[in-house]
Amino acid sequence: MLSDSERDRYARHLILPELGERGQLALKRGSVLIIGAGGLGSPAAMYLAAAGVGRIGLVDFDVVDASNLHRQLLYGSSDVGRPKLEAARERLLDINGEIAIELHPFALMSDNALELFAKYDVVIDGTDNFPTRYLVSDACTLAGKPNVYGSIFRFEGQVSVFDDTRGPCYRCLYPTPPPPALVPNCAEAGVLGVLPGIIGSLQANEAIKLIAGIGEPLIGRLLLFDALALRFREVRVTKQRHEPVTHLIDYEGFCNPMDINVKELAERIGRGDSLTLLDVREPHEWNAGHLDNALHIPMQQVPARVEEVPRDAEIIVYCRMGGRSARVQQFLQEQGFANVRNLAGGMLAWQRDVDPTMKVV
Amino acid sequence: MRRVKVRLLCFAVLRDITGRAETELELADGTRARDVWQSLRAQHGQLAAYELPPMTAINESYASPDQLLRDGDELAFIPPVAGG
Repeated sequence: MLSDSERDRYARHLILPELGERGQLALKRGSVLIIGAGGLGSPAAMYLAAAGVGRIGLVDFDVVDASNLHRQLLYGSSDVGRPKLEAARERLLDINGEIAIELHPFALMSDNALELFAKYDVVIDGTDNFPTRYLVSDACTLAGKPNVYGSIFRFEGQVSVFDDTRGPCYRCLYPTPPPPALVPNCAEAGVLGVLPGIIGSLQANEAIKLIAGIGEPLIGRLLLFDALALRFREVRVTKQRHEPVTHLIDYEGFCNPMDINVKELAERIGRGDSLTLLDVREPHEWNAGHLDNALHIPMQQVPARVEEVPRDAEIIVYCRMGGRSARVQQFLQEQGFANVRNLAGGMLAWQRDVDPTMKVV
Repeated sequence: MRRVKVRLLCFAVLRDITGRAETELELADGTRARDVWQSLRAQHGQLAAYELPPMTAINESYASPDQLLRDGDELAFIPPVAGG
């Protein structure tokens, strides 16, 4: 039953014959888990809260950064530096205090996803990286939950509803992850602030339809949005053959097979494995602190000094965070080096997980 | 030899790499989607690591890269994007 205050609040929903009291009650009893409280998660969470979805879960572990504010409307200037989920809860409960907001302030991982997904009716994918997108898709397939997918890049967005029981999943569209060299990071690529507002709102629209059981869900269709041309296109997609999804895997390794993480590197150095460590940072970064026995060639000088890099060795390239080293890794691979790995997370990860005394500037 | 006219649509990172969202192509009859991809790869070194085309659509339907292109077809290469 709806209370008097709920009848007032949802009056414009209740007079829609397609939705009505039946649909509003379905929303009240419904639950949505939103992965990522960022550009897509902001409008999705705000519209679902306003629409009266009874229980909304949020997964995110970031703090609000000033560079988030041009698109993540869950947060205001006074929230900079606060954990996102704390600020999000306040904002969402201000929009609608008659619903429950559940906070999951941790990274979605293969060992926690299924337990979490089991508690919700619908999952919204608003993450910002490929490993988590494959994880969300596989976990939805295994848990039998619809995955309302949205993704953005510069001026373009994609939306679909993946439901393995009724249509394709993310793997049907993209059976293998893109080569890491073709994955620009968000800071490099940039994004038009209003774009996630449009795409995240479409995700909220699909989640509401799924829960209320109305309309035609975006299953078997990939919607492509171009903000510059202001054009929507649609591609029909059916189920495709791909690796069967039987359990959750190591998605970082799946998407970045030629990465090595800092703990694995520390173990291999400790075992005395024969490795060539290549530091591609600038001289002042190298001087602050570096790995023992590393070869130092700043990124810009690598093409001119490539002869100094041993061709037959296993090479581990590293920098501060892993971005410059990924580019050098790609360059060396193009030059015919067969065994070049990138240190994931770079020296910052080394300092955090292996050697806190390492100085990183 | 007969030629077929095909409109090529590139999305996301491919748009940046090729510098174009839409291109009109005149191709030899018998050209397949994957042949168009190989010519893009030959023109743009950044695509070297991408042996197979990303998601391919012909006339707004998911398509195999082996599908033959016909006169008037609209071919789209749609790489994944991950931003959120």
